[in-house]
Amino acid sequence: MFEQILVQTVNGLVNGMVLALVASGLTLIFGIMDIVNFAHGDLVMLGGFTGAVTVAQTGNFWLGLLVASLAIAVFGALLQITALRPLIGRDPLTTIIATFGISLVLQKYALWQFGPTAQNIPQPITGQFQLFYLQYPWYRPGAAVLAGGIIAALYLFLKFGKYGIWIRATTQDRVMASAMGIPVPLVHTGVFAIGAAMAAASGVLFAPLAAVTQTMGFEFTLRAFIVVVVGGMGNLGGSILAALFISLLEAYASLVVSPSQAVIVSFVALILTLLFRPTGLFVPTPK
Amino acid sequence: MLTLADVHTHYAKSHILHGISLEVQPGEVVGLLGRNGVGKSTTLKSIMGLVRPSQGRITFEGRDITSMPSYKVAHLGIAYVPEDRRIFRLLTVMENLRTGLDRGGLTEARRKELLDKVYESFPVLGERKNQLGGTLSGGEQQMLAIARAMMLEPKIILLDEPTEGLMPRMVSQIRDIIGRLHHDGVAILLVEQNVGLTLGASSRCYIMEKGLMRHHGPSAALKADPSVIHQYMGV
Repeated sequence: MFEQILVQTVNGLVNGMVLALVASGLTLIFGIMDIVNFAHGDLVMLGGFTGAVTVAQTGNFWLGLLVASLAIAVFGALLQITALRPLIGRDPLTTIIATFGISLVLQKYALWQFGPTAQNIPQPITGQFQLFYLQYPWYRPGAAVLAGGIIAALYLFLKFGKYGIWIRATTQDRVMASAMGIPVPLVHTGVFAIGAAMAAASGVLFAPLAAVTQTMGFEFTLRAFIVVVVGGMGNLGGSILAALFISLLEAYASLVVSPSQAVIVSFVALILTLLFRPTGLFVPTPK
Repeated sequence: MLTLADVHTHYAKSHILHGISLEVQPGEVVGLLGRNGVGKSTTLKSIMGLVRPSQGRITFEGRDITSMPSYKVAHLGIAYVPEDRRIFRLLTVMENLRTGLDRGGLTEARRKELLDKVYESFPVLGERKNQLGGTLSGGEQQMLAIARAMMLEPKIILLDEPTEGLMPRMVSQIRDIIGRLHHDGVAILLVEQNVGLTLGASSRCYIMEKGLMRHHGPSAALKADPSVIHQYMGV
């Protein structure tokens, strides 16, 4: 039993880090534009497909990761400019409907472009190690470390980079940031592109663990959304902790019930958070 | 340098400015007086592009800036210190200043010069540069708001009630910094309720009432004959 718990801890941490990467982009976008991007999971899916195609062509996983991130970043920027920029300042419902519409379009596009069958990316690291009773692939902790590295890079950029300060200032007070000469529309587009790139990177990192299908986006959106709410809307650190928390909960729950039932615990966590601490679990108590 | 001609501004359905005209010359300190809610702040917001005038024209150095996005207005050399200060509360003092410093075409030496100048004018900001903006006192936040505006090397600063709610010692410090900015050739459009400070600091004053410009004249004349002030400000 003890060994099982440890194995599930590792599983939870691995899933949690990939989920944290998806959720960081979602929370960053929400924080700065007040937009809940319901197409976020579909950007994960498109990233996965772009990565799969690139890897199939070149045989290079790292190139696939890079190409997918860049391509989806550019795509995200175009999406923001054409579909979301005109809606800024309007009723949040309009952006929810818009991003939901985008989500459907992207799914149908993926079906048309990549077909209904799941696509795989072979694991770039093939070695395995002994984790108690299991042959555990090195790629799993590797993917977690990579996801953590990307999140750390984002954190350092936000903390110290010139544009990082622009992003944080715009997140806190869009109007004053603009009055200080910060080109707010450009910052919005840039943040959406960064969020999209992170989603795409998660898609490529995730693909070798499962497979890429055109319907996978919805589940990612849902899970990332739960994480963002539990972590405190717009709070990056909170989202990361919440992603790990939720994934660990699910991992432990699947010791007792089947993995598909274990998903329920994340909904329970969401409902309890909304009931008892709607500002989020991992944020300081507002004064 | 800065001209407003017959500017009308609405908030939703309420008509706030009913045709405001005013002018500020380079390096001039101009006061804008009036009771609460007469449209002084809205006048500044209209200049800054934070609200869109429905009618009229705002020009800066001959360029039409009516309804220009505020970040472009800022790039032209107009800085804004809002009434509620609007410090970036989760950014440190230094990061607040960097929002104005991190722009193209600024050499490292010039950056340092600007920072040194601010720390000299407001030593307390130097001491607290790694502290979060939200942890500063009201007076310190006001200083940071002015210092942040100075980072843009503006040609004119729009100052909205800088002394509101401050202790007398802080008020005189704000008075000093207005004098220093004036000495450096920066024009100031000063919105205030503090009549004494405004008349002392400015060369000309406008007085607003109910969205209209009611009076305009040299500050010295208003000081010599307080009846106009009595009429519009009730003091």
